[in-house]
Amino acid sequence: MGEALNFERSFDVEGGSFQNAGTVSGQIKAILKDLGVSTDIVRRVAIICYESEINIVSYAKRGTITLAVTDEAVKIETKDEGPGIPDIELAMKEGYSTASAAVREMGFGAGMGLANMKKYSDHLIITSELGVGTCVKMMVMNFQKILHPDLPPITL
Amino acid sequence: MQLDEVIRTLGLAVSCAGSSLGREVKGGYVGDLLSDVMANSKEGDLWITRQVHQNIVAVASLKDLAGIVLIQGSEPAPDTAAKANAEGIPILVTDLPAFEIVGRIYKLIHP
Repeated sequence: MGEALNFERSFDVEGGSFQNAGTVSGQIKAILKDLGVSTDIVRRVAIICYESEINIVSYAKRGTITLAVTDEAVKIETKDEGPGIPDIELAMKEGYSTASAAVREMGFGAGMGLANMKKYSDHLIITSELGVGTCVKMMVMNFQKILHPDLPPITL
Repeated sequence: MQLDEVIRTLGLAVSCAGSSLGREVKGGYVGDLLSDVMANSKEGDLWITRQVHQNIVAVASLKDLAGIVLIQGSEPAPDTAAKANAEGIPILVTDLPAFEIVGRIYKLIHP
């Protein structure tokens, strides 16, 4: 059996930079593929990363996305310097959005971002402070590995 | 069915990434909301949209879509075209509205 998987890297995301939106998600997707993470988990992480990236680009001055991969789970943590979310429960509702008209015109801001992040992760926690920023922690579990610990790491 | 066969049969104009037309078209997805396409499209889908800005390339690339079809004769924005060529994401153009082209693509890949 190979060594236990333990990978971590942080990526900077610039607020307002729609021309670069998706770049970090693309890098994360490539890393997960290289690490041998299963297609289904890569697909789910790509969706939650992209939505996280779009949220930072749409609302914050800047932010970071941290990827952590172990045999048991892929964790994504985003931290931004943004306006914060006044009512997290309301923000989680599909269809609710405070996006600007310009952001909506590009096909974002339909109130699906946080809902998608919740739907495609197994665990999601949001903390937010008004005028400071928002932190979202998400986890996609590798249940196959948890239920069958003897499987080699490459099958994550 | 291969993308180049879809292009030939339906007379689509190849706007970008003409060297990546050997991809397999497994299905299709229609939408202008990027979060919807991100969440619900599948690998190998041909994406029919009227969005022309460069973020469509990132979505198509992240979801491993077969290509993008722009409707009503819409051309990709210059930075969209540059990104699509760099990432090898085919962008095709039809003069038809979405309803018409979707029907034809569906009929072609589900004969």
